[in-house]
Amino acid sequence: MRTQFTVNDAAYGLDVEPRLTLVDALREECGLTGTHVGCEHGVCGACTVIVDGQPVRSCLMLAVQADGTSVSTVEGLAAAGPDGEVLHPLQEAFVTHHGLQCGFCTPGMLMSALHLIETETDLTRDRIREEMSGNICRCTGYQTIVDAIESAAATMSSQAAVR
Amino acid sequence: MKPPKFDYVRAASVAEAVAVLDANEDSKILAGGQSFVPVLALRMAQPSVVVDINRIDGLSGLEQLADGTTRVGALVRHYQLVEQRQHPLLASGARWIGHTAIRSRGTCAGSIAHADSSAELPVLATALDATVHITGPASTRTLAVEQLFQGAMTTALEENEMITAVDFKIAERWGFAEFARRHGDFAIVLAAAAEVDGELRVVLGGVGGVPERAFAAEQEYGAGGPAAIDRAAAAAADQINPTADLHGSVEFRRDITREMVRRALTQFSTAKAS
Repeated sequence: MRTQFTVNDAAYGLDVEPRLTLVDALREECGLTGTHVGCEHGVCGACTVIVDGQPVRSCLMLAVQADGTSVSTVEGLAAAGPDGEVLHPLQEAFVTHHGLQCGFCTPGMLMSALHLIETETDLTRDRIREEMSGNICRCTGYQTIVDAIESAAATMSSQAAVR
Repeated sequence: MKPPKFDYVRAASVAEAVAVLDANEDSKILAGGQSFVPVLALRMAQPSVVVDINRIDGLSGLEQLADGTTRVGALVRHYQLVEQRQHPLLASGARWIGHTAIRSRGTCAGSIAHADSSAELPVLATALDATVHITGPASTRTLAVEQLFQGAMTTALEENEMITAVDFKIAERWGFAEFARRHGDFAIVLAAAAEVDGELRVVLGGVGGVPERAFAAEQEYGAGGPAAIDRAAAAAADQINPTADLHGSVEFRRDITREMVRRALTQFSTAKAS
């Protein structure tokens, strides 16, 4: 079935089987393997992407359902700079605070955290923990992930204040 | 695992959706997909046709009727229930549904149709004496939600019918409590207490195949007196007949039930009548 959507502002037109999930379409049809396939039934959060501004489990959405939507994945976080790609403040914070160990859960963590920072006005550590409870880290590095998100939120709000 | 092969129809209207259901044996509706896609991935369902209702206009409304009842259209997502201000109990209970990425897709009517007794909305619907609007190929009907739930994940819906809206009565006072291993996971036990049309309704989830009304608890609480909440909580724990599974023994579920009813009724008793 013909399906068209944008991923990180690039347009994709695909012919896919209706049973193909969005995460498999992103990885196998679009070649964007940053989004990871974990449990494949909506528990682990590794495949979290943003669709039309809302975080979704891309293993629980069919690619044909994404027709006409705008998808954001982890590949869209880093921006082009004069000396190559510049990491997003969230990615920088995950590096600085050791918010990733094996890194498998990281793309989903980053996309969930991005939505949280962009929508939450009262970002406490409890609020971060509550929100990130939908993403499982098999290395159980949660403490540093919360540290990283808290730090990135502070960086992003000070950057926003400068602009 | 990956979903099995199926034909896919993106319905443009309720009439088209039920016509496709009517014409195809083993066809199923896809709304939010937060329970249905895992069921497909685990091959617990292998439908011939999947009818996607997400692009049907007119099913996303959330409106307050003249008597205070909140009408929730079939495509209203869980996050919209959290954000709305018409019905505080629905907003408060919906916060417990899954995680943000689940709440952004999952639908109210989908959860009711899925009829998992350990999910929040079937319990809230029962506590709020909800009415379900149903459309089939030839006619429409309404059903009290207690008549809809027939057993574990089994409803009175015909194979060619779909839910178009659910009416939740307003709760004059309420309390809600849930215990899960991880916030956002399915409840081990949850309890809702709501005063609806002047009557207390205490409903338990996770203790049986369908949301269970704790009549004995309602009576004990209604009798009043200093230990009314404790007596009601004990009565609820006595009433249930849960089964043991890897999440806990029968006794554990009884203990959790007692505590959840105690918390829900404590919240209920301290709430100001609205």
